[in-house]
Amino acid sequence: MVGILEDKDRIFTNLYGLHDWGLEGAKARGGWNATRDMLTQTPEWICEQIKDSGLRGRGGGGFPTGLKWTFMPKQESERPHYLVVNADESEPGACKDREIIRNDPHLLIEGCLIASYAIRAHTAYIYVRGEYVFERERLEAAIKQAYEARLIGKGNVHGWDFDLFVHHGGGAYICGDETALMESLEGKKGQPRLKPPFPAGAGIYGAPTTINNVESIAVVGSILRRGSGWFAGFGRPKNSGIKLMAASGHVNKPCVVEETMSIPMRKLIEDHFGGVRGGWGNLKAVIPGGISMRMIPAAEAEEALMDFDDLAARRSGLGTATMIVMDKDADLVKAIARASYFYKHESCGQCTPCREGTGWMWRIMERMASGEAEMKEIDMLLDVASQVEGHTICGLGDAAAWPIQGLFRHFRHEVEERITNYRAGKPHVQGATLRAAE
Amino acid sequence: MSVRRLAANQPDSFAFTPATLKEVKVWIAKYPAGRQQSAVIPVLWLVQKQEGWISEPALRVVAETLGMPVIRVYEVATFYTMFMLEPVGSHALVQVCGTTPCQLRGAGDLLSVCQKKFGNRDHLSADGKFYWQEVECMGACSNAPMAAINDYYYEDLTPEAFEAILDDFAAGKKPKPGSHIKRQGASPEGGALVLLDPSLYDGSRARPIKSLPNAEPKARKSKAPAP
Ligand SMILES: Cc1cc2nc3c(=O)[nH]c(=O)nc-3n(C[C@H](O)[C@H](O)[C@H](O)COP(=O)(O)O)c2cc1C
Ligand code: SF4
Ligand code: FES
Repeated sequence: MVGILEDKDRIFTNLYGLHDWGLEGAKARGGWNATRDMLTQTPEWICEQIKDSGLRGRGGGGFPTGLKWTFMPKQESERPHYLVVNADESEPGACKDREIIRNDPHLLIEGCLIASYAIRAHTAYIYVRGEYVFERERLEAAIKQAYEARLIGKGNVHGWDFDLFVHHGGGAYICGDETALMESLEGKKGQPRLKPPFPAGAGIYGAPTTINNVESIAVVGSILRRGSGWFAGFGRPKNSGIKLMAASGHVNKPCVVEETMSIPMRKLIEDHFGGVRGGWGNLKAVIPGGISMRMIPAAEAEEALMDFDDLAARRSGLGTATMIVMDKDADLVKAIARASYFYKHESCGQCTPCREGTGWMWRIMERMASGEAEMKEIDMLLDVASQVEGHTICGLGDAAAWPIQGLFRHFRHEVEERITNYRAGKPHVQGATLRAAE
Repeated sequence: MSVRRLAANQPDSFAFTPATLKEVKVWIAKYPAGRQQSAVIPVLWLVQKQEGWISEPALRVVAETLGMPVIRVYEVATFYTMFMLEPVGSHALVQVCGTTPCQLRGAGDLLSVCQKKFGNRDHLSADGKFYWQEVECMGACSNAPMAAINDYYYEDLTPEAFEAILDDFAAGKKPKPGSHIKRQGASPEGGALVLLDPSLYDGSRARPIKSLPNAEPKARKSKAPAP
């Protein structure tokens, strides 16, 4: 058998789009089954079940989903409650929510209804990044089916009036941050807000709002149908459940797959992603989540488990479990320099350390990649990175610092070597190791 | 942060076509009364679909349509790099993803193809048919390297496949988007290794569930009539 998770326990049974994405197909695969029964239970019961399942936010932060829902006011006031689903998916490496939206949209729609009931919201928006045109069209079509079948809408068969809208995002990474997303949804530049107030107190339009990742919401129906204990039974304690994982970079067969939490990283790569290009021995480093997670070297990847706590203990993180694999021929410095360019490009420009720091770090990283930089600039770079980290309004500043820190933590000697070689008139040439080996 | 400005040459006016206006109304209707500003991104997108790019007169019309100060619309149009602020190619807007996961799988070669065919990035090609850019992660990294051409994604590209696609666009054709090594979505090359159990698809999962696990017996009475 490949991997650990068995087919019978998979939630996203149309992950690859081999079957009907529409309502008929979704129902035949078990979607919308017993949804009505779920909505005859109390909102508190739903929150309890989701808490018991151990589901932690799938957008990268890993905050317990059921607990987050209980932060919403217990009674609706004159300010309506909102659910907002984060489908901005712009972190380099991350490409999992897209598969849910285009292939299993009804699981997401069903999840939106259940989650909205649990937080006493009658309206939800799904913020889809602007470039996902096909995905947005597909989701709109699926929502239309759900309205026509009276599964959602006013006076629907579930007895909880509920409107669901697709919102068209602006295609900016920063709008993945929940407060920037809210600004963007209100029709403004995507610049994060200071917290507090937290979204559950004042979110979109100043009303109580819960924001969750697409995957966090799309698994809710299946958890309630099969029981919190079923979901909690996978993975290690506090890291439970099953999760979409993905690989890009130097594996033989990059793809997206659903697996149990805490699956050994090596098993995941070898069973599902066709192994590392050139064999496991050719592995150099893995960025476990999206690109903002610090890289770990091959020796650690050998032992790492795909969960929050194991990777945090390795001073990295699970993030969205969408890994970037780099083999021995990869130019790690160039890869991280490109990541630095990404953060510079995506900084919203509100806080000085981030706006200035990301540009500065990128320019130095480019010089590190070519070897032109000076040796003492390494410590300067790490110092700037630590000054950006934790000193900004939102997490983008941290995210910009982490990949650089990961690189130098494990591969500082390589950068130093490159600088020395450059000075000795032996500039770094991409692919040189491969050619030398031939 | 990207600093972006409006184009030096601007048309005299802008007007929505009736078809676009219909779609504008659909978007506005999604938001609570008085919150029509929420529709600014989709409405600017519709402008771009209609004209290819966003002009200064269009910003004014959008501001008027949504009851917003023009400066707020200007801010949005310049903040989001998805919005094109100068005319783009008549046949295709080509956006090659250059971020690390794509870079590791050969995005550099795709950028070179564009450079060779169309000249410098962020400019119209000499024949006016193409406009190309390097963009940041498009959220399709497991199908890297990739490019978005007009609205859709072309994935798992080689320089040769990419060139053939661009030639098709130049000839006025609409090549099929998706994976160019015939992968189904984000499944592994050569076919899925999971989701093979036929019982997932035989309808057995649609059988009524007698009682939900852990359900409370004293449930809320449903307001709705049984379906
Ligand atoms: C710069 C930045 C980008 C983010 N991008 C995303 C994203 O694309 N999708 C997402 O679900 N969460 C993203 N997040 C996390 C969200 O702010 C938020 O924590 C998450 O959507 C909460 O949902 P969850 O608890 O279900 O994971 C991002 C955070 C930051 C700081
Ligand atoms: S950290 Fe960067 S992206 Fe976040 S608010 Fe500050 S400037 Fe904007
Ligand atoms: S890096 Fe190119 S799609 Fe993600």
